Order: sequence, then structure tokens, then C-alpha cells
Amino acid sequence: MTDDFAKLLRSRSSRRSVLQGLGVAAIGLTFTPDRSSRAYAAEEKKLNFYNWDTYIGETTLDDFKKAAGIDVNMSLFATNDELFAKLRAGNPGFDVIVPGSEFVERMIQADLLMPLDHAKIPNIKNVAPEFISDAPYDPGRKYSLPYTWLVIGIGYRKSKVKGTPDSWKILFESDEHKGKLSVMSDASELYRHVVKYLGHSINGLTPELIKQAEDILKKQKPNIKAFHEDNGQDLLLSGEVDVVMEYNGDIAQIMSEDDDIAFVVPKEGAMKQSDTLAIPKGAPHPENAHAFINFILDANTGAEIYKTIKFPSPNAAATALMEDSYKTNPVIFPPADLVAKCEYPRYAGEEITRLLDESLTRLRAD
Amino acid sequence: MALEKQSRAAFWVTVLPPTLWIAVFFLIPLGIVWAYSFGHNEGLTGVAITGTFDNYIRAFDPLYLQIFGKSIAVAGLTTLLCLIIGFPVALAIVFANEKMRPLLLLLVMLPFWTNLLIRTYALIAVLRTEGFANWTLAWFWNQGSTLAALVGLQPFPAYQPLELLYNNFAVVVGLVYVHLPFMVLPLYAALDRLDKSLMEASLDLGAGHLRTLFSIVVPLALPGIVSGVIITFVPALGAYLTPDLLGGTDSQMIANVIERQFKRANDWPFGAALSFLLMYATFAAIALRAYLTRGQPADGHGI
Repeated sequence: MTDDFAKLLRSRSSRRSVLQGLGVAAIGLTFTPDRSSRAYAAEEKKLNFYNWDTYIGETTLDDFKKAAGIDVNMSLFATNDELFAKLRAGNPGFDVIVPGSEFVERMIQADLLMPLDHAKIPNIKNVAPEFISDAPYDPGRKYSLPYTWLVIGIGYRKSKVKGTPDSWKILFESDEHKGKLSVMSDASELYRHVVKYLGHSINGLTPELIKQAEDILKKQKPNIKAFHEDNGQDLLLSGEVDVVMEYNGDIAQIMSEDDDIAFVVPKEGAMKQSDTLAIPKGAPHPENAHAFINFILDANTGAEIYKTIKFPSPNAAATALMEDSYKTNPVIFPPADLVAKCEYPRYAGEEITRLLDESLTRLRAD
Repeated sequence: MALEKQSRAAFWVTVLPPTLWIAVFFLIPLGIVWAYSFGHNEGLTGVAITGTFDNYIRAFDPLYLQIFGKSIAVAGLTTLLCLIIGFPVALAIVFANEKMRPLLLLLVMLPFWTNLLIRTYALIAVLRTEGFANWTLAWFWNQGSTLAALVGLQPFPAYQPLELLYNNFAVVVGLVYVHLPFMVLPLYAALDRLDKSLMEASLDLGAGHLRTLFSIVVPLALPGIVSGVIITFVPALGAYLTPDLLGGTDSQMIANVIERQFKRANDWPFGAALSFLLMYATFAAIALRAYLTRGQPADGHGI
């Protein structure tokens, strides 16, 4: 609702600039029919940034305005599905978006992303090498560059749990914490972790494994209190549940409010994700978009951002500038041997996506 | 002649904008979604409209029928509770002091001024294990325990918080809370127009209050009751935020399934078919209303 309202406001205030943009495009076509830098040079000093909530440094956008003279207009989305649904019917005018790694792959297949011109993003050198080489969802980083990365694990209340719950068993096949468990409601995230718990790759989904996972979850359902969307950390913080499946960054944020909370990546491994910066096809200001991505990947800008959002940084130069309390935090940067067991989710295809949704509908029906 | 021309122009000026508005922003989008329901996905982003009935056939799978059934049951229970709670409220407002009435009506409408999401989060704060409801109950429990100890009885065992949130109970509480004004306002409108001398006559002639209520007030207010029931039932049937935020592991309603088709499952044609089944159910409810209120005297008692 508020999002729609913000969009209404934005569309009203930018109608003039849309007309200007059209004029610029027409001139560009007349004099420089190719997409050379001269066509870009006529780009107005504006940028439409579509980002997650609380996912940017406090002064980042102002700093960019000071450095490049470009006004950034940021609007917010809440889920990757929302982002995909908005772009699916044609880009409504976004220049830079922040899709999760799984959706990068889906958007590339759907032909929704514009290839990045790495020559215009020299700060690519700041990105830790493993985030360039290990990106199966976007080989060669043609369409996306990493903004943050995250890993799913188990958040728990130390005083209510014996020892360290280092296996997914506590959530998927145990009644020890009956009624005090919460798992994610997203079918892909939930089922991939059950499959991982069973010893398979999170990308090895087959109809048989989905059925097997459904049976396990059906049996476990009476012990589960809720399927949460993205508020697992709130359930844990308010004492509603004692064990919760959640992202490390979300648990790190509440650990500063409550000493009794901890996070562990289970020994079976888990899903890791990376939120990325990408330019959707049809972006009105692609030149500015490249400049903006380059600015975000700058070491000082990165440090400012990660200081605010407390998510793991893939930007080695920025991490080097951070305080030790961030760099050595075992929740933000879990032990390397456990991270090595984590996998990026790959887009599984429409058939599996549909089977997952049907299975979840069955699971939640009674 | 000139006057006639003028009034005709005035007619078009007043009729055209709302008609265009409804056509462009309601009928055409609705038509597109209706057309989608006869199509299938083509690739990741396309929908091919082929006139297939596959989506409807899939929607009649027992799995989805069961969810439809559950949604109708939850919406029905919500409507019934709203009627039971809302009727005395509407009656009290009608019989309230002339000066108090606008204030009371304002109080009924006041929740609308707050966003639904915020109201739902407020309910979470009330209902959760360490929320205000359990906090209050625990306080009374402990006072009782102290009192029992004072008079020499065994103190009560420690207070066990009630499980009020993340179950079907919470969903119905949330839906009743949200939809109550939808019931109270049409009931108030119907009861306000009621000829009070009929009630007085009934009481004078020896009927008790209850008999007057059920033999005089309810039949006369029936059109208002039917309107209230439909205005409450239809949005409750399509509720998705409330079951999503307050519900437990089995509180999924049909709108949650529809939402997933348009988002995670990326199956717009199937989502469109499910949505339109909901629309047909709504049309059926409105047809039922027309049937129930048929032959109402057109003397102002009907709506």
C-alpha cells in the first residue's frame, strides 16, 4: 500500500523527467544510433534504485550525489518474488536492482538483465576473488556483482537448548522443542534444507526427494509453531520460539539486543545466498547505473554500508577497513569449514518450482 | 431546447469520467486476469492464452477444494461472530443519546484510520506468549494464588501462558476484529430507519423484549443483516494478511495460495483461475442476497 503510494508520488514528480528522457533518447537516435558513450553523456543526472529495506549506508546516497552529481531515487521491495513480478511485465523504470543469487539466474534466463560493462566498473578489483570465481548462478559475473552474502542456519535461545544444536535434526526430526520451533515458509528454502539434511545437494531436487521431504515435514508439523516469512528473528527475540531457521545477518542484528541468543551453521551444511547489484533491461540510465555500482564497490563506501547493515561483505577492500568486532564475528563470518559445506541455490526450473509449491500447499492444508 | 442540450451535456460530463475510470482501472485489468485463467505459462515471463480449461480442472483437485472449503468455513464463522457481536452494538448506537451517536459511530470507524498491517502487528503484541493478554491473565492468576495462600489454601501452580497466537483461533480473532465495522455500519443503517412505534406497539401489546427483538426488529432489519453478512463475508473469504501473520502451520486460506501463484510459484494462469473461482463465489453470494431480499416492499424498509 505504502509502496504503491510512493510509486504514485514518484511517477508524478518524474513525469517531466520522463519526457526529457524521451527527448534525449530521440536526439541520441538521430546523431548517434549506436550505444556509444556520447549517447550516454546526454543522460540526465538521475538514477532509480530498487533495493531492500534497511539495506544501504546512512550517507551512501548523499555521498554519491556529492561525488557524481546524480540524484538517487530509492524505492523498496520486500521479496525477490515481488522484484521478479514487477519486472516480469516490463521494467517500470529501475536502473539498479538488488536480486538474490537464485533470482539472478532466473532473470538471466528470462532475459530481464542487461550485461555489465566491466570496463566501467574498475572497483571490481575490490571484490574478494571467491565471489568472482564461485558464482555458478552467473558465470563470469556478466550480469551481476555481489553486494552482500548470507548463510541460513539455526538461531536459538541458549538457556533453552542443551549444548549447540549443530544439526538440522532439531528442526526437522525432533520433538525435543515441541511447539517452540519455527521454519521458513518459503518452499524453496524449506525443502532444499530438508534435502540437505538428508545428505543431498540443495540443488539435487527431484520429485521423489520433494515427496520424501514433504513426509518428513508432515510428521514434524505438530512440533512446529509457525512457518515464518522473514521475521524468524522476531519470534526468537520475543520468546515465542526457542529454535528458528534464519539468515545469519538477521540473527546478528538481534544478538546485540539479547545475550541469550546464538547462531550456528549446522554440520550438514546449508544454503548460502548472495544479494547482487544488477541492471535490468530497459533501464533508463544505464551509464549512471554503472557509475553507481562502481561507487558501491568502492572500499570506503562499502565500509560505510556494512557498518550500518551488519551483513557479511564480499568486498575484501571494504572488509579490511572494518572494525575487528565485525571482521571476527563468528555469526557474520561463520567458520570457513562450515561455509565450505554451503551451496548457492540454482534455479530449479518451472516444473520443480510448481511441484514445490503444490507440496507446500498440501503440507499446510491440514 | 437549449436547456435540454445543456442537461444532456451535464449528463455526459457526470457519467463519462466514472465510467471511463471503471473501464480502464477495473474492467480491463479484470478482463486480462480472466483471460489469463484460460492460458498457460510460456517460458518464464509469458502467458499464452489458449482457451484451455486446465487451470480450472486443476483448481477442482480435492486439495484446492479442501482449502476453499476451509476458507469458506473460516469466513462464515467470522461473519457469524461479527453478527452476534455487531447486532447489539448497532442496536445500542441506535438507541443512544442523540448527541452520543456520532461519537459512537466515529469509534466504530476509528480503526479504519490505521493501516491493516499495523493493526495486525498490534494484535500480535497482544496475543503472543509474552504479550499483553497473557501478562494480564498471569497477573490475576498470581493475585489469586497469593489470596489462596493467605486464607491457608495451597498456592496455585505456576501460570502456564495460553497459546493464543499462531493458530486458527488467532486467525478468527484477527478477522472478527478487522471486519466488525463492516457489519456494524449496515446494521446501524437498517436499524436506524426502523419505525420505533412498531417496537413500542409490540411491547405495549405484551410481547417481551426478546420476542420483540426476534419477531419485530430482526425481520424488519433483515435486508440490513443480509447486506452486513455479505459485506463481511466477501472480504473475509479473500483475507490473506491475517492468516499469514497470525496463523499457525495449518491456517492457510485460499488467498495465500493465490498470492503464492503470482509470486513464488510464478504460475499466473493458475492464480487467475483460483481468483476467478473466488469471484464466482462472490457473485453467487450477491445473487443469494437478491434472492433473499426479493419482494421486499419498496416503502423504504428495503435497501
